[in-house]
Amino acid sequence: MATIGVDQLVRLEGVALGYEGVVALRDVDVQIAPGELIGIVGPSGSGKTTLLRSLLGEPELYAGTAEVASHTRVGYVPQVETVDWNFPITVEQVALLGSWRTRRWLPWSSRAERNRARTVLAQLGIDDLADRPIRALSGGQQQRTFLARALIRSPDLLLLDEPTSGVDIKTRHEILHQLAALNSAGVTVVLTTHDLNGVASHLPRLIALGEQTVLADGPPSEVLQPKILERAYGQPMLVVQSGHETYVLPVPEEAPGAHGDDLPPPEVVSVVAAPDRDDV
Amino acid sequence: MWSLRRIATMFEPFEFGFMQRAMIAATLVGSVTAAVGVFVILRRLAYIGHGLAHSIFGGAVVSFTIGFNFFLGASIWGAFSVFLINQAARRRQIGGDAAIGIVTTAAFAIGIAVISRARSFTRDFEAALFGEILGITNQDLYVTTGMVILIALVLFLLWKPLVFITFDNDVAESYGISVRWVESIFSLALAATVVAALQVLGVTLIAAALVIPPVVARMLTDSFPRMFSIAVIIGALTGFIGVYVSWFVDVSSGATVVLVQSAVFALALSWGVVESRRGLRAARRTERLAGLERSLND
Repeated sequence: MATIGVDQLVRLEGVALGYEGVVALRDVDVQIAPGELIGIVGPSGSGKTTLLRSLLGEPELYAGTAEVASHTRVGYVPQVETVDWNFPITVEQVALLGSWRTRRWLPWSSRAERNRARTVLAQLGIDDLADRPIRALSGGQQQRTFLARALIRSPDLLLLDEPTSGVDIKTRHEILHQLAALNSAGVTVVLTTHDLNGVASHLPRLIALGEQTVLADGPPSEVLQPKILERAYGQPMLVVQSGHETYVLPVPEEAPGAHGDDLPPPEVVSVVAAPDRDDV
Repeated sequence: MWSLRRIATMFEPFEFGFMQRAMIAATLVGSVTAAVGVFVILRRLAYIGHGLAHSIFGGAVVSFTIGFNFFLGASIWGAFSVFLINQAARRRQIGGDAAIGIVTTAAFAIGIAVISRARSFTRDFEAALFGEILGITNQDLYVTTGMVILIALVLFLLWKPLVFITFDNDVAESYGISVRWVESIFSLALAATVVAALQVLGVTLIAAALVIPPVVARMLTDSFPRMFSIAVIIGALTGFIGVYVSWFVDVSSGATVVLVQSAVFALALSWGVVESRRGLRAARRTERLAGLERSLND
């Protein structure tokens, strides 16, 4: 059995994964090198979160080999919907949960830990919110708080489940910039996203899921292809390219040629003149 | 002006050994049920607290019948109930609430069945149902104190993982917390809390002591450490005051403790309503002034 290479952080080979005996993904072959920035895309229920959490060793492994390089510190940012918002906790207290292992038998955090939390919160631009209850924050601020909880561990591998869901365009832009900055600092980032246009098309590498497996793995220009997207989403998709930007648009089922009957099937369309995009 | 006689009457309950023991026990039990209750209500487990109290009643009755140590018998019974609930709840088809309902009701029914066979138990039956705090012996008090210290120690040592799990259970495992292990230990601590509270409050009133002080504390603060401290203080004070007041009003001590807690809850609720109305009025005033300023500027 091959083991993980020195230039690899994660290696999934012939993997079948799931929960409680139900297979969610099969025949998964994915390798991740240190310093990559990867997006996992696919429709709801395609196994994006399962694949992401496989890097935490959580789903049941039914076949294949799943390895994460030893001594890898992993930070995980969940979907904010899973959190109990009625819980009385401040931003700083959430961030400090990430370092619970330090002085684990004592209920309180040390001054050094609190300083570290404040530094991370400042890095994310929310240090002024440290004493605010988390439920009083906006979606973007909450997302950054959970990012702080992950970053306080100084992770090598940062996993984010839908980090831009439910936030406005400006916040999405800021979160993506922060992730890009972390990635530039050497942190490997893997995220899931539903947002093909605002997020996925801007990432250097995408993994597309559908039909319970990996349909494509590569740069957006290779993955965001009509045939792959139609297999993944079960619906015809139009891919429009404008310069370096890629837009994916669903084609209504009833549209002529949607399934290639009368007109050529949807494919990559190049647009010569397109409106300026300063919102993304 | 208060007469010396009236002042002496106020200190009357402290003159009797059984009242001293009762007040100490109620203060200890009030604080520990509130401390555990904070995690119980935030994890939305109020139902398990109620169920475990009934389940442990079965263990208490069986212990009386066979002449086994009450605390030990009830604790073993409680731990076994927790184990069965955890095993059943892990099966997706059953679910947590159904598992609690089945196991705790069955364990309670065993207690009822034992009582119906040995009818001489009426007094013990009532004691377990409604508490018998005035009958606490020195030995009971030592055991209760030991259990309270043990539970407090568990909460102290498991504080960080417990807070994590309570806040964000779904993610705790990925941060290296053994959720199953921590939940099992907490369930045992909860069972021990119920056993410790059984003699003071009785099966029927334990759930209230687990829930009311934390709920009041939650209404007063948005900080978890502060909520915990406030809940423990309310639990301890209402425990003490409840027993103290019961001396004068000649009402069951367990019931008085819960009634005092309910009164504190009603006060907190009224205060919350007043505060929110005050906030609403202030916001309307600010908005009116801002509107006036805008119209002047225009």
